[in-house]
Amino acid sequence: MKGWRLPLAMLLVFAAVPLLPLGRDSGYVMLLGARIMVFATAAVSLDLILGAGGLVSFGHAAPLLLGAYAVAALDKAGVDGALPVLALALALAGIYALLTGAVALRTRGVNFIMITLAFAQMVYFATGSIPDYGGTDGYPLGERTRLFGLKVLHDGLPFYLSALVVLVASYLVCRALLATPFGRSLVALRQNEQRARAMGIDPLRVRLGAMVVASLIASLAGVLLANESDFISPAYGAWQRSAELMVMVLLGGAGSLSGAVLGAGVVVLLEEGLGRFTQHWPLIFGPVLVLAALGLRGGLAGMWARRG
Amino acid sequence: MAEVLHVEGLSKTFGALWVTREVSLTLAAGEVHAVIGPNGAGKTTLIHQISGVVLPDRGRISLRGRDITRARPEARARAGLARSFQITSVLPEFSVLENVALSVQAREGRAMRPWGRAAADREANARGMAALERMAMADRARRLAGTLSHGEKRQLELAMAIAADPVALLLDEPLAGAGPEEVPRLIELLRGMKGGAAILLVEHDMEAVFALADRITVLAEGRVIASGQPDAVRADEAVRAAYLGEDF
Ligand SMILES: Nc1ncnc2c1ncn2[C@@H]1O[C@H](COP(=O)(O)OP(=O)(O)OP(=O)(O)O)[C@@H](O)[C@H]1O
Ligand SMILES: [Mg+2]
Repeated sequence: MKGWRLPLAMLLVFAAVPLLPLGRDSGYVMLLGARIMVFATAAVSLDLILGAGGLVSFGHAAPLLLGAYAVAALDKAGVDGALPVLALALALAGIYALLTGAVALRTRGVNFIMITLAFAQMVYFATGSIPDYGGTDGYPLGERTRLFGLKVLHDGLPFYLSALVVLVASYLVCRALLATPFGRSLVALRQNEQRARAMGIDPLRVRLGAMVVASLIASLAGVLLANESDFISPAYGAWQRSAELMVMVLLGGAGSLSGAVLGAGVVVLLEEGLGRFTQHWPLIFGPVLVLAALGLRGGLAGMWARRG
Repeated sequence: MAEVLHVEGLSKTFGALWVTREVSLTLAAGEVHAVIGPNGAGKTTLIHQISGVVLPDRGRISLRGRDITRARPEARARAGLARSFQITSVLPEFSVLENVALSVQAREGRAMRPWGRAAADREANARGMAALERMAMADRARRLAGTLSHGEKRQLELAMAIAADPVALLLDEPLAGAGPEEVPRLIELLRGMKGGAAILLVEHDMEAVFALADRITVLAEGRVIASGQPDAVRADEAVRAAYLGEDF
């Protein structure tokens, strides 16, 4: 049971939200909950490479953006089927991770951070330069994505439940992957690369594999985000978004996966809460995060583990 | 005796410093071949080149007849070349058993497998436990490697190496940093490894070297200045000169 309590507790909370008697506020709360789950999905996937793998990617919003533009591209072509949308999103994100990972993984430390950021910026500017999809103004979504004709991503409960299913599946995939020999090798490389290589573990292949998986999952979050806002714009892939995902992971406790979900919850709620009082919320938010990162060993998940 | 490792004409410079000069040596199946020499003689750099951490400028390295001069470290490891490091090197966040089991999985080419639970790999666990037993630390299996004493980490490194069932094993000062009370125990464990994988042993502790080595090669300023039976090397004038009256 160890290691399952926090994720199960969070699952209960997410599952309970639609049942709460919130009356008029129910729609708003569900929207917020869905938003948390969408970002949590992206954050969990980033935690796979950042927390478990020690790869500080500063470009994780790029696959998210690609997922969103897969929705836009097919919408423009009059396609709203989930299967083609997912196929395109996954293909774009997979190819992106393979190409950029193969280059970025030849570097270390700050260079890795900068090169992942540079690639993400390329995607950001590229998406903003396609007139068909509205350029930098963005693209208003015509039809939300449907699964076999079902309106699974349409307002309220269906979208909420779809986001929950995607989050749970992503979490389970990452968690299962970390328990395989592949996952063990990924973590070993973070702890001591020279030792891992001397054992026979190929750093490039393992890390590239992890980057591809993380990218694929992030693209799913992008597909959801596009549908949630009925609007697709390059802003989804701005560097601030990448930074935000890193904050979620670090705040929640790098490497714990469930911490990333907690981190996403806190960040989205703080942004929402502070945003009501002042548009200068980042000024308050930034220092809060720095203090939290300094004060919380192992992040929020670490606090949970030490409770009692 | 069958030769498992063959190094020929190896040379390496770091800027103006010629750290490895035309070094040739061999390692026969089952033997312990000690490489000794004063600080800075180039012993670690030699092991780095054989294991692929550093690429030589010139020369050739082959493992069981296969040229590995330019192969990456992980490829050499999978081909059966294991090593330890002068500065203790384990996976601190993993348990002792996970350390040795991963060594088995990597050696068998299973470390990339994205399916099956790593912890449920019976063969890796069994071989890992057997290696821990041989290194007298089976009772430490569940401990986190990072919490072991220095001497225990040294034992763990040896266990990781033999768990991989290597063809050749490169040990860079396996006694370095171990306390005086730990040294005799480690020498006994090393003696227990004799006759298995061929061992290239770099060590400053002369007691250990003369207790274990079948052959000794002496390196000074990157060059082989003597090589042969322990007694002959002990009597060699050039070797005595290189150590300049140090206890030898
Ligand atoms: N990467 C490097 N760049 C430049 N010089 C290096 C490098 N690695 C080692 N050296 C130098 O090469 C020489 C040989 O170093 P090496 O570590 O191989 O010696 P060693 O025989 O293992 O010494 P010790 O007994 O102290 O471990 C030293 O003078 C060292 O300073
Ligand atoms: Mg050395």
